[in-house]
Amino acid sequence: MSSISQPIGQVSRVQQGGLTFKQRRQLQNAVRYVILTILIIFAIFPVLWIVSASLNPLQSMASQRLIPNVSDPALLLKNYTDLLGNPDRYPFFRWLLNSTLVASVTAIGIVSITAPAAYAFSRFNFKGRRNLLLFMLLVQVFPNLLAMVSIFLMLQQLGVYLPFIGFNTPGGLILVYIGGAMGTNIWLMKGFFDAIPRELDEAALVDGATIVQTYIRIILPAARPILIVIGVLSFVGIFNEFVLARVLLRDKETWTLMVGLYVNFVSSNFANQWGLFAAGAVIGMLPTLIVYLVLQDQIASGTTAGAVKG
Amino acid sequence: MTTGTLTRQPSVQPAIPGVVTLVLRYIGLMVVDAFALWLIFSLINDGIWELAVAIGLITLFVNIINLRPELKPLRWMSPAFALLALGVIYPIVYTVYVAFTNYGDGHLLTKTQVVRLLESRTFVPETGVRYRWEAFINEAGEYALWLTAPDGSAFFVVGQGELQPVSGDIPETFQGFRRATRAERTRLLTAAATQQFGPEDNRLSVTRDFVAVLEQRFSYDRATDSITDRQTGAVFTADDEIGFFVDRAAFEAARAQNPEARASDFVMKIEGFPAGVGYRTVIGFTNFDRFFNSPALRGPLLSIFTWTVVFAFSSVASTFALGLLVALLMQGKFFGRRFFRTMLIVPYAIPALISVVTWRGMFQPQFGVFSQIIPGLPNVFADGTLTRIAILIVNLWLGYPYFMLVCSGALAAIPADLYEAAQVDGANRFQAFRFITLPLLLVSIGPLLISSFTFNFNNYTLIAAFNDGNPVIADSPIPAGQTDILISYTYRIAFSGQGGADFGFASAISIIIFIIVGTVTIMQMGLTRRWEEVSRNV
Repeated sequence: MSSISQPIGQVSRVQQGGLTFKQRRQLQNAVRYVILTILIIFAIFPVLWIVSASLNPLQSMASQRLIPNVSDPALLLKNYTDLLGNPDRYPFFRWLLNSTLVASVTAIGIVSITAPAAYAFSRFNFKGRRNLLLFMLLVQVFPNLLAMVSIFLMLQQLGVYLPFIGFNTPGGLILVYIGGAMGTNIWLMKGFFDAIPRELDEAALVDGATIVQTYIRIILPAARPILIVIGVLSFVGIFNEFVLARVLLRDKETWTLMVGLYVNFVSSNFANQWGLFAAGAVIGMLPTLIVYLVLQDQIASGTTAGAVKG
Repeated sequence: MTTGTLTRQPSVQPAIPGVVTLVLRYIGLMVVDAFALWLIFSLINDGIWELAVAIGLITLFVNIINLRPELKPLRWMSPAFALLALGVIYPIVYTVYVAFTNYGDGHLLTKTQVVRLLESRTFVPETGVRYRWEAFINEAGEYALWLTAPDGSAFFVVGQGELQPVSGDIPETFQGFRRATRAERTRLLTAAATQQFGPEDNRLSVTRDFVAVLEQRFSYDRATDSITDRQTGAVFTADDEIGFFVDRAAFEAARAQNPEARASDFVMKIEGFPAGVGYRTVIGFTNFDRFFNSPALRGPLLSIFTWTVVFAFSSVASTFALGLLVALLMQGKFFGRRFFRTMLIVPYAIPALISVVTWRGMFQPQFGVFSQIIPGLPNVFADGTLTRIAILIVNLWLGYPYFMLVCSGALAAIPADLYEAAQVDGANRFQAFRFITLPLLLVSIGPLLISSFTFNFNNYTLIAAFNDGNPVIADSPIPAGQTDILISYTYRIAFSGQGGADFGFASAISIIIFIIVGTVTIMQMGLTRRWEEVSRNV
């Protein structure tokens, strides 16, 4: 963790004779704070702006100021009450429910289907194991997004016979989400299982437990924190997913929150519905924001970078 | 990594649960198989062979790994493999297949489905029995008909029931029905288009003057692969090269006169098929040929392709540069470090769609915040270059926290003694950065730069949510925008509805994108190796 500032600083002092070490240190810090402050303004301003828009009772973009007009505090939440109080015009709760449902089922599905597969890869040695692992990595080089046309067609065809996983259903979307990142997720989870000491399961096996019992009683509890993190990050990732949801959901009632916000408020009459969009956006960003702030250190340490967007 | 002490299954498994699990497994497999077989037969029945084969292979695979004892470890993965196959592998294979077909508007159905649709059509033949008719109605408002044939025989028919022979004069009431009034008779006639009488194999059509038995209009002959229109007598033969039923006789006559005549000008046209009776079929490299050789598409495609590369490259460069700068600034201990980090991560912690639309609002030409702050700011969305610059600014905001995070980690991993050595050798600060920090950083961050490139190459959300790829390219035959990247152009072709969906062409572009992205990924492996060599020499 030792940084470059000190040793190199001593070298430069010789070159910049006029300043003492302490002065130079102070100057450095001042520059650091100025740049960081500018960057923070860049980073935070859009967020402040959308929050302020959500509190502007006049709804339109033209009437927005950074500090909302607070003459009547009761009006501050007008966008929120309008958005939530008109289920016929804006089925906002429906979208929120759809997003939550799709994201939770997907997250549970990913964890419960990936975990046994990753366990087998981590603990059993069998013929073709290496090739299978490589194959799964290779297959995920093809981004899911590129196959959106064929996924759309596949769900349309399947939906004729199996309406619950067809086009325009949450079931179909969940199927695609779970299947789409399977390879990556197995790799990710196998890495975590590899880190659990083998002595644990060996001890259980010696005591007469079956492989299944070992998996359920020993491995799963030991891996629980990381399973939860993967589940939560999958939830957030799916909650925010936009492209496939837009391709695979057609009707207002089946839309997820992101699709609903975009199609309902952005595609038409954007400037006049700005306040409503902002209110929806603020509600919609809350789950992610909370998760990121709570899991900040894990995310920053990069251990889970693969499970997050990007 | 995983060399196993656990290579063998332990023999301590108790016998009784073994039998129970065995039975449960067989029952489970039988349920899965029965379900899969039903699905496969339904798919084949509609001529959707691709999906039927895929489901068949997946089911076979699941059966094999659950029945062969030596494949026991794979049982843990059956659901994972089934979903991977359906969610990733099949879509890849199917994309390749669709790219070689004409799948799209006008060619949505398989030939089997089209034939079945045509065979269900009926017509009123010129010849055949014509009945005079009288309408009856009951309490429930159901209609019945009393039919009199020219030879004097008479029948009574209720709805879609069988024709019952009757005799005598037409009564006022019959079997709970009474004679319909004039108004009810008229109502029957106006609804006659949808209201059909008689059993399915003997459908009756009601017209003002008579009732006639409907006949099947089109018949398909498997041997000659042709459709006969029994109303007009015309014969149309399937042309699998263009995916249409074609009037072969007329086409050949025309070709005798003019060798340039094309089969696509003689396609079968009937009601409900405005562009002709088409079905989906393999058309070879036509879609790829269009991509590379169509003169009308060349301009827009070249513009889109160039922008895609420039956009992806500039995005990676700018987000990496800013992320690295922030990571360098955040090094060491200083007051408020955690606060700054939390604030600077915020763009990463907001759903991309919401961020992009927020920026869209801030750039809005009339009322957006930038137009209010900066007087004389031109309408960004009206100009291609300005929109592109705005997109890069937005993407810089979206992307720098990621590189800030990974660069911070990578910087922390660089051993301090390297800097001490550099200092001893008399290197200045810039030299230390240039010759130690950057090369070592690129070794660890290099693969992430490449994956960031491929991510941005396909960053549909940003392009679509910021300005839908607009402003439009004026003279493009297929709608296209100046800020469209290849993936958003693909979306337009497949789903936007302007100019008709063309899944075949869209899939062909997907494959071209994949070849580019795949090549970059392979190059990444080569580069990573070179960077590793560099690091070894440091």
